Amino acid sequence: MFGLTIEQLAFIFRGAGWTIVLSLLGFVGGTLLGLPVALARASHNRGLNWLSGAFVQLIQGIPLPVIMFVVYFGISIGGYDVPALVAAGIAMTLYSSAYLGEIWRGCIQAVPKTQWEAGECLALTNTQRFVYVILPQALRIAVPPTVGFLVQIVKNTSYAVVIGFFDLTYSAKVINNSTFMPFTVFTIAALIYFAICFPMSALARRFERRLTRS
Amino acid sequence: MNATSKINTTTASAIEASSMTNATPLVRFEGVRKSFGELEVLKGIDLEVKTGEVVALIGRSGSGKSTALRCVNGLERINAGKLTVCGRDLHNGNVDLRELRQDVGIVFQSYNLFPHLTVEQNVTLAPRKVHKIGAAEARTLAGEVLAQVGLSDKAQNYPEQLSGGQQQRVAIARSLAMRPKLILFDEVTSALDPELTGEVLRVIEKLASEGMTMMLVTHEMAFARSVADQVVFMHHGKIWETGTGDMLANPQTPELRQFVGNGL
Repeated sequence: MFGLTIEQLAFIFRGAGWTIVLSLLGFVGGTLLGLPVALARASHNRGLNWLSGAFVQLIQGIPLPVIMFVVYFGISIGGYDVPALVAAGIAMTLYSSAYLGEIWRGCIQAVPKTQWEAGECLALTNTQRFVYVILPQALRIAVPPTVGFLVQIVKNTSYAVVIGFFDLTYSAKVINNSTFMPFTVFTIAALIYFAICFPMSALARRFERRLTRS
Repeated sequence: MNATSKINTTTASAIEASSMTNATPLVRFEGVRKSFGELEVLKGIDLEVKTGEVVALIGRSGSGKSTALRCVNGLERINAGKLTVCGRDLHNGNVDLRELRQDVGIVFQSYNLFPHLTVEQNVTLAPRKVHKIGAAEARTLAGEVLAQVGLSDKAQNYPEQLSGGQQQRVAIARSLAMRPKLILFDEVTSALDPELTGEVLRVIEKLASEGMTMMLVTHEMAFARSVADQVVFMHHGKIWETGTGDMLANPQTPELRQFVGNGL
């Protein structure tokens, strides 16, 4: 098919599988770390605010492949030999938590001040107010930019190739090296990336419509 | 039939409450001062609100009336003087604002309903979370307070499906659901069309007749005159003139005369 054998195509798809795995790792890790980052960024505690701000600035000021290198070689200096998946997962977690944290901070702060005040005036505790009044509204605002960023995560996992992680980009490169059909091979890779990303943004749009309707 | 008995029980409990606390006023301002940075907004306010009383604060924009109101439930902190609300000294840093706000409700100009919750959920959120009442009790409570504002049929609607006047009535019901001793109204009809203003004012009027203690900042002079036991005219951060509703027909100061004149 397209001048490639079934085995070669299967090899590329195996890479695509690992792209999805790394994307999920990046998203789950990014969410777990990004939530506290967002809360710290939106909080009025100066120390937390500064610390989280510094983290975001630091990560956003470093190209993702360099983060990959630093994490990968940093861990091996510590005397640990970790698989590329772990290093890439950590790097993607750091990377996406900085961006998701900043996106969600914006969503939290986009909920009108009057809503905080209304919750306060009903004698809700700070936590109750956040959980029952602010968070549901912030969540609604957060869906489109979050899924938009998910697409970024999927595409940016391709940088993991720099530390030798076997993903879609890596597998395509390997097949190209043996077939010398770069256009065909990378077009197939491109189509697979698109096939992963497009349904996500379509789903996001539907999700958004459902939220605004209710 | 049902509605009448409901009003009667509410009145009864209001009378009972008033006989209990008749001696001390519910709210007492004594030389209260409040500044925002360099700007002094309240320049020594003295005012008392007794249980069951309706007090209307009137005056130009920037006269300090909204600030005075917001001090009562601790949304603004006073800088000097003494402010006692429901037996709590608000100048004291130790006052528990959450406890205070269970006694003092507030209704805002822009309703500030929670857009992601139904009318019933809006009304019962605080009673469920703060007073820890159960789901069945919450439903009964919602039915009661929504009936009080004439919106029993809207319990399952979302705020955006209601008119401005209906949303404001839900906001009043939300306040009532906490069974407050005092409700503050901060220009609650200012965002409404004239035709929707009436339905909100009628609800407030009904609460007044049921004995609810209320402080309201308002631009509705005719309403202030007919409903308020005490009308307070504020000017440049001070109480300029105070009296019953009839004061508006017979202003003593040139400032109030001019203000009322402009209003007509």
